[in-house]
Amino acid sequence: MEAVFLTFILMLSIFVGFELINKVPATLHTPLMSGANAISGITVVGAISLAGTGQHDLANWLGAAAVALATINVVGGYLVTDRMLAMFKKKGG
Amino acid sequence: MQLITQLAYVVSAALFIFGLKLLGSAATARKGNMLSSVGMLLAIVAALLDQGIVEFQWILLGFVVGGAIGAAAARLVQMTSMPEMVALFNGFGGMASLLVGAAALSTATGTFTLVTIVLSILIGGLTFTGSLIAWGKLSETIGSGAVMFRGQQVVNSLVVLGILASAVMFCLQPENPTWLYLVIGLSLLFGIMAVIPIGGADMPVVISLLNSYSGLAACAAGFAVNNNILIVAGSLVGASGIILTQIMCKAMNRSLSNVLFSGFGSVSTEET
Repeated sequence: MEAVFLTFILMLSIFVGFELINKVPATLHTPLMSGANAISGITVVGAISLAGTGQHDLANWLGAAAVALATINVVGGYLVTDRMLAMFKKKGG
Repeated sequence: MQLITQLAYVVSAALFIFGLKLLGSAATARKGNMLSSVGMLLAIVAALLDQGIVEFQWILLGFVVGGAIGAAAARLVQMTSMPEMVALFNGFGGMASLLVGAAALSTATGTFTLVTIVLSILIGGLTFTGSLIAWGKLSETIGSGAVMFRGQQVVNSLVVLGILASAVMFCLQPENPTWLYLVIGLSLLFGIMAVIPIGGADMPVVISLLNSYSGLAACAAGFAVNNNILIVAGSLVGASGIILTQIMCKAMNRSLSNVLFSGFGSVSTEET
């Protein structure tokens, strides 16, 4: 039953995602891509629950590695996006 | 505690949506990025408060290592090489989804979970190698030209068939690690094969598409570990990434299939 609920959530957020992006000016394509990329680092949340189980098995180590990799994506993604957008502001005035 | 975590996830999902919306307009873009990063922080804190977690040192180590690498890379990169940096980050995100999928296997029950594990490994793997190739082409680490060879379409078709076969076998015999390794290996190979025939000039579109895939991979990983925020944020990125890819293609006066399959034949499994 839970899978059905989760599928509902999936469907609704796909629609929201489609609706969010329209008429984006061309200069914002790259920052938008980078910002969305940072959000896809949300895997870190799933990795956290695996890395903190306290059982020192393979799943635990894989989770810890996933935390590190996803954190690169999150931290790097947001910082790079912010740098790009800061550049826009200076150019604009 | 469980309730607080779930409520925090709802708030951070709202922040992601609002942040993406603001990112679409020049005046508010920076604020949008800020909002979505606050949403991410909230989601991470909420995940740390979850009861299932008994040990923090490995999580912390991951944060420190990943945060240091990510921050250093983002600060040091030249303005002109931002797109390939995004590709690289994206690849790491895909790899993380692959690892989460593989790790979820130890507690997996039921065919539905197995299918989502296969999907997160498959999409995560092809995102990883695809992004690495895109990074290599943009940074000229490898040649930026389209790589084509005789029989490429045959090889690609075989890879796709191999992925399908090993994915089905994995779902039927999850205790046999051979199929798991095959799925991982073939999806990594598929990422390479899908991106090498595309020329360097089209790489931004490819990165955008791969970004959308890494969202889908996170979404699949969310199903595998039963986590709502992964599903919501992942599918948001997946859907908005596809639309953005299409908009970018239009801006270049190309169609998406024109970019993707100019040298690739007609092998596609990921769309729809």
